[in-house]
Amino acid sequence: MRIASLCGVALLLAACAPSAPTSRTSELSPSDLQSGYAFLTPETQQLQDDPFENPGYLWVDRGERLFQTSAAAATPSCASCHTEGLSGAASSYPAIEPSSKRLINLEGRINQCRTEHQELEPLAYESEDLLGLTAFVANQSRGQPYGIAPSRELQPYIEAGRTYFETRRGMMNLSCQQCHSETWGKALRGDTISQGHANAFPAYRFEWQSLGSLHRRFRDCDTGVRAEPLPYGDETYVALELYLATRGAGLEIETPGVRR
Amino acid sequence: MAGIRLAVPETAQKGDVIELKALIQHPMESGFRRGSRGEAIPRDIITRFECFYNQEPVFTADFNPAIAANPILTFYTRATESGELEFRWTDQNGETWSDRKSITVT
Amino acid sequence: MSETFVLDRAPDHDRFGGAIQLASTPLQAQADQAGVTRARRELFGDRPVQEGRVTVKLPPIAENGHSVPMTVSVESPMTSEDYVRRIAVFSPRNPLSNVAQFQFTPRSGKAEVATRIRMSGTQSIQAVAEMSDGSLWSGSMETVVTLAACVVL
Repeated sequence: MRIASLCGVALLLAACAPSAPTSRTSELSPSDLQSGYAFLTPETQQLQDDPFENPGYLWVDRGERLFQTSAAAATPSCASCHTEGLSGAASSYPAIEPSSKRLINLEGRINQCRTEHQELEPLAYESEDLLGLTAFVANQSRGQPYGIAPSRELQPYIEAGRTYFETRRGMMNLSCQQCHSETWGKALRGDTISQGHANAFPAYRFEWQSLGSLHRRFRDCDTGVRAEPLPYGDETYVALELYLATRGAGLEIETPGVRR
Repeated sequence: MAGIRLAVPETAQKGDVIELKALIQHPMESGFRRGSRGEAIPRDIITRFECFYNQEPVFTADFNPAIAANPILTFYTRATESGELEFRWTDQNGETWSDRKSITVT
Repeated sequence: MSETFVLDRAPDHDRFGGAIQLASTPLQAQADQAGVTRARRELFGDRPVQEGRVTVKLPPIAENGHSVPMTVSVESPMTSEDYVRRIAVFSPRNPLSNVAQFQFTPRSGKAEVATRIRMSGTQSIQAVAEMSDGSLWSGSMETVVTLAACVVL
């Protein structure tokens, strides 16, 4: 299989470039903040905006059905407790879970609810059910602000996430920062590099031909630079999620996003 | 269970040409992909789509592997009488999925 | 409906996706078109095909070859005396030239269908429509297909 070198065949497809100038500093400035949406072709933006055609909604539908349904005879459904729905919930995660004092993300919180309040088995990452529930819950906050404010409590986790983001890894010896903070807006083969935000996840990616989680995206990124990806649910990935939520604060939640 | 989404107007005037949309969740595995160990992933696709208006076929399609995953179709039909629109998908093994929507035509 | 899928051209490589090529070489283009001609002949025989009346709409640049939005439409009054019977869509560069066939009836109202297709590289998608009087018409459109930046497989 032919793999063009990253610095090689760079088609400058001006149609794909966002309107803001590209950055050369290693940190994103708040005025430069742009969602991955800005780096899509108009047709794909339309697809994300279309509440019928956006394929991500197939999983939101599934999540809604699961949310409303009691899984077994004496088992409460999610809706029976969350009678007001969960608008605003997704933007609070990752968060420190009070009893275990561990940082958990939305997937972790859903599984915790299942085991502690519904006596159900936790769901595996990338299972249709967990994707459905995560997409449904995050979709309830679509259009609301994405981002988490740093706090003293969260600081060690934010630092862990930032360190991962800034560390070079893999055979290509690249860090997330080098592509997504320093060279966003430039062409990488036929793509325009985005800023690497997480505000649209879980997202439908054309590459996956399916909805997938943020951790799946992280694993693809790691594999992309030929680094060993971490396991799904790994605490370093959760810390990275948290760091990204501080870095991207000011964007909107777009779940289910549509991405390449 | 395959997720299905349908967009059908609830009402229409007789003679109107109405737009219909049908989306089904399906991987449409092309049969050309290879897994991480180089193994061939067998083809698994929906091959036929049919739309019936009060049991009469009004639009049908034959799909090949080049139809994208989670296939969507936007097509049209003339609103002739009130009744039921049935949307049916059949895969290469003969398995079918279908859903219905009613329409009131005045 | 035959379940045997015979390849019309050898795939460039195992993964469903092509290297970036803005245009194929003349020899390659000839070979690609041969596959389409064969597929067209299987469906429509040797009847003459006129260019016109058929519009294929694709974005100028496809975000990703896995899912490209396509609309095919044919000018036709769609009455019981004069309607489009079927439209077949072809891709010269895909491993299988035949993308899909759509069958219409006078009740269709409009000979138009939109869906999303997979495209193995930059190419011109062709559509052939058969009218109720047996005549054949065709149209096509080219689109550029880009490959993802970081290839995982």
